[in-house]
Amino acid sequence: MKILVPVKRVIDYNVKARPKDDGSDVDLSLAKMGLNPFCEIAIEAALRIKDENDQCEVIAVSVGEKQAQEQIRTALAMGADRGILVEVDSPLEPLAVAKCLKSIVDREHPDLLIFGKQGIDNDNNQTGQMVAGLCGYPQGTFCSTIDIIGDLVAITREIDGGSEVWELPLPAVLTADLRLNEPRYASLPNIMKAKKKPLEVMALGDLGVDTRPRQTLLGVSLPSERKPGIKVDSVTALIEKLKNEAKVIL
Amino acid sequence: MKVLIIAQHSEGVLDATTLNVVRAALAVSEDISLLVAGSECRAVAEDARYLEGVTNVILADHPCYESLSAENLASLVAELAPSYSHILASANTFGKNVMPRLAALLDVQPLTDVLYIEDVDVFLRPIYAGNLIAKIQSHDKVKAMTVRTSAFPPVTQRTEACSLEVVDKVFDLQLSRRIKIEVGQSERPDLGTAKVVISGGRAIGSSENFKLLYSLAEKLDGAVGASRAAVDAGFVPYDLQVGQSGRVVAPELYIAVGISGAIQHIAGMKDSKVVVAINKDADAPIFDIADYGLVADLFDVLPELEAQLC
Ligand SMILES: Cc1cc2nc3c(=O)[nH]c(=O)nc-3n(C[C@H](O)[C@H](O)[C@H](O)COP(=O)(O)OP(=O)(O)OC[C@H]3O[C@@H](n4cnc5c(N)ncnc54)[C@H](O)[C@@H]3O)c2cc1C
Repeated sequence: MKILVPVKRVIDYNVKARPKDDGSDVDLSLAKMGLNPFCEIAIEAALRIKDENDQCEVIAVSVGEKQAQEQIRTALAMGADRGILVEVDSPLEPLAVAKCLKSIVDREHPDLLIFGKQGIDNDNNQTGQMVAGLCGYPQGTFCSTIDIIGDLVAITREIDGGSEVWELPLPAVLTADLRLNEPRYASLPNIMKAKKKPLEVMALGDLGVDTRPRQTLLGVSLPSERKPGIKVDSVTALIEKLKNEAKVIL
Repeated sequence: MKVLIIAQHSEGVLDATTLNVVRAALAVSEDISLLVAGSECRAVAEDARYLEGVTNVILADHPCYESLSAENLASLVAELAPSYSHILASANTFGKNVMPRLAALLDVQPLTDVLYIEDVDVFLRPIYAGNLIAKIQSHDKVKAMTVRTSAFPPVTQRTEACSLEVVDKVFDLQLSRRIKIEVGQSERPDLGTAKVVISGGRAIGSSENFKLLYSLAEKLDGAVGASRAAVDAGFVPYDLQVGQSGRVVAPELYIAVGISGAIQHIAGMKDSKVVVAINKDADAPIFDIADYGLVADLFDVLPELEAQLC
């Protein structure tokens, strides 16, 4: 069994992103970066399958800038077997990333792809579904459980107002929701070992895919701030405000 | 400009968010088609003919669309797409599942969670858990997007019936099979449309204690929500999570009880009209966005609130 896990380098989830002074883009110049939390969950999901299958290889792939090697190393330290970086000069749109990943799929022929459901930077929630579409594979989005049963994968999907159970034949694309698992920490020995694991770097040009942008970012701004509120000192005062000032309860 | 909306429906009823999507579509064009794909769903399509703004309903009724699998549905819509300038669906788990796959089939870059339509090709959408708003121009011939339904009021008028077109295209790819649906068994109004939402955090402590929120919600005819910490601790089901990775709500009144106000939580509720925060830590970030804050122990406040709300 071969599992491909695409991973993304993003801003650390604790950092509040700011626009650049000229409002042209997000200011990431000083931001702490890390592995997208949803991708971490995807890696963990792949490793749990590997833990139960002797013949299982987990490959972490990133389409990103040179520094994304750090995030691939994180995945290797957690337990992935090898890494592939498709190196780009500046971030690509999800469609272009999906095309790069499709060409990796054509080369590696994985049985399963596990994505994080979204990047916490652009919150697009697209790449997994797009790769599934480009490859003609079944897709199981927002997974909270994954079970491999022979050449099928059974999943629970988190949907608005409930959940669903689906069965997909392999090869398939899955995207991980938050509650799929709690990712393991990489131990120090494993971090050292990861430095020796293979990490192949490919140039975008080698893939020969069309990655021209389809969109122009016209600007980035702060959302309208909520007006500062007040503190009330009792339940009685709160109810009075809600009734007579905010008029949201009768 | 011509818009195609992919309708969401279940058990013979159109999903309420579709009405918000129609409002968004009206910002683009007055030529709006609504696709009702499904199995034995003619009644849904017939009903949709009366919707304000909708000028054509397309019915694709076949057992292969029963589960509305992304694989079959995206292939169907890809076939219809060339006649349209825009394709819209709700930015919920339904729309987010199918739209990117469809966009890949059409070779276009979709937009997720559109908040505002400035022009036929210029859109605003939240990024970084809603801490920033991106203004994006799309150059694709077909603009595929999901829209944040809380940002567009629903259409409400019933109009004269529009045309109903039946398509008999069948895409039975058999790539996936739905085995089971588990619907949240809440008797409360839906989180997405409730006028009042009362959410509890880690501090609620147990599912037993969440009953305090449920009985308050009953008094206010509201829905109950939760933070990730409360969901992860197993106090309430997953589908009650509000935030960046859960539901996005914008009720008239949002009451956050024992929730610290992490950016990922605020991402899901900061467009609520009035926000109340109850937290014993006066420095909790939730107070920065609350209209009314009460620094107190929730176990004192909740019974008192319930007693005083008659
Ligand atoms: C990728 C990612 C996505 C995420 N998505 C979401 C999401 O969608 N939604 C979400 O909610 N979170 C999300 N989170 C988690 C988020 O970062 C926070 O961890 C979470 O929201 C914290 O939940 P909480 O406020 O209930 O818990 P805590 O942060 O532990 O806060 C508990 C609060 O209760 C108060 N308190 C304690 N006892 C009492 C008492 N007796 N009376 C009154 N107040 C009391 C405390 O002062 C504290 O402020 C996400 C995190 C990541 C990394």
